Parts: sequence; structure tokens; C-alpha cells
Amino acid sequence: MTPYEQWISYYTIIRKDIVRMLRVWPQTFLPSIVTSALYFLIFGAFLGSRIGQVQGVSYIAFVVPGLVMLSVVMNSYMNSSFTMFTSKFFNRNIDEILVSPTPPWIIIAGFVSSAMLRGIITGVLVLAVALFFTHLSVYSAASIAIFIVLTSLIFALAGLVNGVYAKSIDGINIVPTFVLTPLVYLGGVFYSTELLPGFWGTLTKFDPIFYLINGLRYGFLGISDVSLATSLAILFALAGILLLTNWYLIRTGLGLKQ
Amino acid sequence: MQENALTVTHLEKTYAGGTTALRGASLSVPAGNFFALLGPNGAGKTTLIGIATGLVTPSSGALEMFGIDAFKEPERARRAVGVVPQNLNLDFFGKAIDIVVNQAGYYGIPRSVALPRARALLADLGLGGKMEARTRELSGGMQRRLMIARALVNEPRLLFLDEPTAGVDVESRRGMWKYLRTLVEKGVTIFLTTHYLEEAEQLAKRIAIIDKGAIVAHGTLDEILALDTGPTPTHEDGFRGGRLEEVYLKLTHAPANSAHL
Repeated sequence: MTPYEQWISYYTIIRKDIVRMLRVWPQTFLPSIVTSALYFLIFGAFLGSRIGQVQGVSYIAFVVPGLVMLSVVMNSYMNSSFTMFTSKFFNRNIDEILVSPTPPWIIIAGFVSSAMLRGIITGVLVLAVALFFTHLSVYSAASIAIFIVLTSLIFALAGLVNGVYAKSIDGINIVPTFVLTPLVYLGGVFYSTELLPGFWGTLTKFDPIFYLINGLRYGFLGISDVSLATSLAILFALAGILLLTNWYLIRTGLGLKQ
Repeated sequence: MQENALTVTHLEKTYAGGTTALRGASLSVPAGNFFALLGPNGAGKTTLIGIATGLVTPSSGALEMFGIDAFKEPERARRAVGVVPQNLNLDFFGKAIDIVVNQAGYYGIPRSVALPRARALLADLGLGGKMEARTRELSGGMQRRLMIARALVNEPRLLFLDEPTAGVDVESRRGMWKYLRTLVEKGVTIFLTTHYLEEAEQLAKRIAIIDKGAIVAHGTLDEILALDTGPTPTHEDGFRGGRLEEVYLKLTHAPANSAHL
């Protein structure tokens, strides 16, 4: 395929998924808005006033980056995993792409880009909801943009691995419930890891979401539990590993072809 | 020398569970022909098409489409190919027109070209009034025709049809036959698998019969029919078939018989 033909194939994959996302918006965009509004209400208006300040800022301002990250993580991951899984498991319309000359890297780019788009749009919507509850300062707009994009990339890639490899619907549901949710909550959405005792503080450093939340928190508040350079190095390495895993799976057809 | 649209050489496939679907299958399909691959359920027909279209990974062997090695240059080989699978694999929430236009997109065809082409194909296949309908709203026969339109949108030179008329009523089936004949007249090579032997007899110029993963007969329709030497017998079950059916039954029930013509 020529680069122009590859672009058309890439655009087609994304366009098809965006049409689907918009058609089922109460399932794709609304849940994160409702959930985050509840979090802001409970942790900001009800409990936040009793907790006081964390690292020099109000508690609600402290949790906003974590909750934005939570929505980006979940939406990016679930979009790529569910879209891939349903198209290969329920009606096999993934074959439409597999029989075409579309190369594997375009398939990966298409699925990942549309999942990133959903993650980023949802993150922006959650941020908009946060503005109803608190004033948000921006310390580094570049950091905010980089960490939101990086988060959506990593979890869209991870979701795609899950979607390609999963052999049953359980294989898709288990990861968000038993892996992603604990990682997100233990990554410091609601607290500073400085508050954790030694062992738990060390354990948190193995959680990739810890680095993502800290990067985003730095962008908004100028505070972080770990240096930005360390966060970026770890996250880029993780994205690289996930990209190679996807390329291997789709190139060989493992999980997709018989 | 006439170009082959498809050349299969010693193709073998054993699935992960241990089932061997193809045992050294070899055949060739000259370009511009209407070719039928016949065989009982589980004989290896769908596996062969799956390997040719990149949906099944072969265990060994070689496969060329228009002289391009489909295993070494899969993307290049697939440019000239369209496929209508045996099972319905449509996005049931998608509109008919979008299904066809999106398929064109996966082949790198821009929407400005794909849209009129998709409209014309859908109209030709009797779906002109259903372009905006969601696929789940279409009847089984319409869904089959939609899959044919989808397979043709990239203007393939080789079209694989895996039991395209299964479950389709007689009138629609005849309509499909007529349409497929016009494609062959335009130079498209058609590779058909079917359980309707009269369909193969009506349409195909060349036929292969596959049984237990091996090609047991391969030649022109006349050459295949010539394998039926005796008078048409009445079977123990009381039925009597046509000539092709008799040859088919002899070859697929007697593994020792093998005829490569």
C-alpha cells in the first residue's frame, strides 16, 4: 500500500470506531462524567472540608488529577480491548481488516488512536466537571498534555493486547476489575504516597499509574512525589514494550488467526 | 501461457487442537475461470480459503495468487482478492452502505471513489433500497448479497465465495448465479465452494473435489464428469443423483480413488 492508501485505511478504522462511540455515547462518555461528579461531590464537598489540605492544596484540588487520570486509563483501555474483542469474537468482522492489504502497524495505530481519542475526550469532560466543584490552576500545560496523551497511549496499547489475546469475555472483564482498578487506587489517586509506610511506599513505585498521576499532578499543582524525568523514562519504556507486544501479536496472528 | 489466479502446492494445515484439515492439497485455478471446490463438511474447503485470504496460518506448503507468494508478500497478494466467508461476519449495527465503503477504506480506496462504487454494487445486487438500513434489519439473503458487495468493492481479480448461497431461496440464488456469471465475463476469477452440486455443474468450468484434506479430483467439468463411467445407479438409500453427484459420491466415499486430470 502507498502511504496515502495506508492513511485512508488508518482513517477508516478510526472513523468507524468514532461513529460507534457517538452512537452509544451513554455507554462511552456518560458513565465517567456521572462517576467523577459523585467523586467530586463526596471527596470534595462532603469529606474534603474535614480532611483539610494535602501537600499545601485543598483535598479536592489534590484528587482532580487522579480522577482525570482514572477516566483516561479506564476509557482508553476498555475501548481498545472491547472493540478488538467484540470484532473478533462475536461477529468476526475483524476479518474485514485481516483479509485486506492493511499492514499490522496500521491496524495497531487505528485501534490505539481511536481508544486514545475516547480516553482524552473523557478526561477533558471530567476536567470540565471538576471546574464546577473547584478552581483549578495550571502549573505546566505541557506536562498536563504530555501525561494525558502518554496515559491514553499506554492503556490503549495494553487494552489492545488484552483484546487480541482474550479468549472469552471473562478475559476482558477480569483485567479492569482485578488489575486496573487496584493499580489506579494504589497509585495515589486519593492520597500522597509520602503518607504510606515504607513497604507500601516502595510497592507503589512498581505501579505505572503512580508515575502518570504524579506527572499530571505536577502539571496542575507543581507538586510530585517523583521526578518528571524518571516518570517519563519509565512510561516511554512501558509504551515501547506494549507496542512491540502488539506488533508481534498482530503480525503473527496470535489470538486473531487460526 | 495462461496465468494462474491461484496456485496451491502441497498445502498442509494442522490446527492447534491436533485436527489436520489439509494434507498436501495442490491445485491451480487459471485466471478468468469459474472454479468450484467441492467436498463434504470438514474436508478442508474453508481452511484452504482461510489460508489464501490470510485468516488461517498454514503449517507448510506454498500458495501464489497471480504469481505473488501469499506467504512472503501477504499484503501485496491480498490487494487483488475479495472474499465472501461462509458465516455471516457483518457488523450488525452498521449501515449497509457503511459496511461496503469501510471495506473499500481498508484497501486504501478514498470515500469519494468508494461511495459511488458501493451504491452501484448495492443496486446491482438488489439492495438499492436498503443502503441506509442497519445490517441486522436485513434478511439472511440480503445479508449474503451485502457480503458479496463488500467483497467486490475493491474490484478484486480473484473472488473467493465460501458457500455463498447457503440458506438462500431459489429465486435469490438464481439472481446470484446470474450476477456471478457477469463478473466472470468481466474477467474476474471466481473460486466457489458449495454443497449444491447442480450449482457447480451450472456455473463452473473447472472443478476440484477435496476429501479429508486432499484433492481427489481436479480438472474441467467434462473431465470430472467423464470419471462417471457406468449407468447412474440407485443407491441403497433409494436416491439417484446427477452425473456430478455420482462422481462426487464415488470419490468422497472411496479414499483409494484419486484422479488428477
